[in-house]
Amino acid sequence: MDLINSHPVLEFSHGERVSFSFDGRSMDGFEGAPIAMALHANGLRIYRRTPKMRRARGFFCAIGKCSSCFMVVDGVPNVRTCVTPLKRGMNVETQEGHGSIKLTPDEAV
Amino acid sequence: MRELKTDILVIGGGPAGLSAAAAAARAGAEVTIAESDLHLGGQLVKQSHKFFGSKEEYAGIRGFEIAKILKDEIAQYGSRVSTMLNTTVSGYYGDEGVVTAMTGEEEYLRIAPKRIVITSGAQERLIPFPNNDIPGVYGAGAVQTLMNVYGVVPGKRVLMIGAGNIGLIVSYQLMQAGVEVVAILEAMPKIGGYWVHAAKVRRLGVPILLRHSIKRALGGDLVTGAEILELDDNFSQVGETETVECDTICLAVGLTPTNELLWQVGCKMKYVPFLCGHVPFRDKEMRTSNEKIWMAGDVSGIEEASAAMIEGRLAGLGAAKSLGLNIEPGGFEKYWSRLNSLRAGEVGEKIRVGVSAVVVDGWADVQ
Repeated sequence: MDLINSHPVLEFSHGERVSFSFDGRSMDGFEGAPIAMALHANGLRIYRRTPKMRRARGFFCAIGKCSSCFMVVDGVPNVRTCVTPLKRGMNVETQEGHGSIKLTPDEAV
Repeated sequence: MRELKTDILVIGGGPAGLSAAAAAARAGAEVTIAESDLHLGGQLVKQSHKFFGSKEEYAGIRGFEIAKILKDEIAQYGSRVSTMLNTTVSGYYGDEGVVTAMTGEEEYLRIAPKRIVITSGAQERLIPFPNNDIPGVYGAGAVQTLMNVYGVVPGKRVLMIGAGNIGLIVSYQLMQAGVEVVAILEAMPKIGGYWVHAAKVRRLGVPILLRHSIKRALGGDLVTGAEILELDDNFSQVGETETVECDTICLAVGLTPTNELLWQVGCKMKYVPFLCGHVPFRDKEMRTSNEKIWMAGDVSGIEEASAAMIEGRLAGLGAAKSLGLNIEPGGFEKYWSRLNSLRAGEVGEKIRVGVSAVVVDGWADVQ
C-alpha cells in the first residue's frame, strides 16, 4: 500500500490489516478506515462511471457530501465510500451509472 | 427505527460542536452529539500545524492535539454527553419536534431534543474548468484527510489552486508527507493567507504564481497535467497557455457554510460575502430566529477554529440557559470579550463587518 512511512509531526495508528475484494481482485486495507482510503492506498482512483457520459469519478470531498465516490458495496449501490468503514471480506465494486438495487426473493414482485 | 430523547442535540462534533457540548454539559444538560464522520474533532484532526491566536484558544498547540483536549473535556462529563458517529442529520420536523438522522447507510433514527445546536461547519467550493470532475482533482480538505488522518500518500506531483491559508498550509503538509508540490496558483494579485505560511513554502522552493489560474485539467480518466494561464486586472488571459505535469490538482478555493439544515428549518438567513455565503441571523447568545435552535462555528460564517470554539461555548451556554439551567456567571461576557479580541485588528475587519450584518438584539425587525 502507498502509505506515508515517516512524518516529522504525525504518527499513524492504523487498524487491523484485512483483505477485501475490489471488482473480484483481493486487496488489503485497514479495518475501520473508510473504503475510499484503502482503494487510494492501493493505487485505485476510479470508483464509478457516470450514467450518461460514462465519465470516471473518484475521491473528491472525503466528508460524505459530494457523491463522487459512490460505489457498490456488498451489493448495495450509492454507498459513500469516503465515510463508510472498511470491514474484513467486504465486496467493493465499481459502480456503473445509477447502480441497481437487487431485491431479495421475498421482496421481489 | 430507533428513537431517542435528549436535552440538547449538537449537530456536528467539530471545534464548535465539542465546545458547545462542553459548555452545556457543564451547566448540567444532557447532550447528544451527532457527527457524520467516523471520529470527533472535525477539521482539527487534520491540522498538524500549531495554531495562532490567543492562549485561551490554544495558540501554539497543533490542531489535532486541540481536538484531543476538547474530547478529553467532554469525556469528563461521562454519560451526560453521548456521541453518535457516522450519523448524518437529514431534517428537522418542528411541529413534532423531531430530528431525523441516519447512522451509516442503513439505520434510521428519530431524535426528540429539547434544544438543538447546529455546528455543521463548512464545505469546500469548486471552481469551474474543463475536466474538473475527473479523479485526481481533489478538494484540499480531502487531501488532508487522506494524508493526515489516514496516512495515505495522496499523489506524486500536486498542483495547488489557491494561496489562501488552506492552500499554503496543505502545500506545506504535502511536502512534510514527501509529496512534490509543483506550484501554487493564485488568481488574485496578492497572497491571501498569512505571510508566515507563505514564507515556509517559498523557503522550500515552491513557486507561488500570483495572477495565475487553471484553464483545464488534462487527462482522460485520470489527471495527467493542467493548462495554466496568467491573468490581467480584469481576469482575462495574458500571454500563452502553459502546460504543467501533475497527477493531482488540489482545490483550495475557499469554503462555504454547510447551511442546508438551517434553510430546511426556515431560519432567517442573509447572504454575507465576508462570511462566505448565506448565514443565519443570530442573537448574542448564538440563537437563530427559531427559538429552539442555536448555532456556532463555520456555519455561522467562515472563520478560524479558534473563533468556532468560542462561538460554540456561547451557543452551549445559550441553549443550556433556555432550559433553565445554571450557567457559569459572566459566561457570555467572558466569551464575547475573547471573541472580540480574536477579531480585533486589520485581519479581523471583514469578519467584524460581516458579523455586524447578522447579529440582532431582537427579532421583531428581521425580515
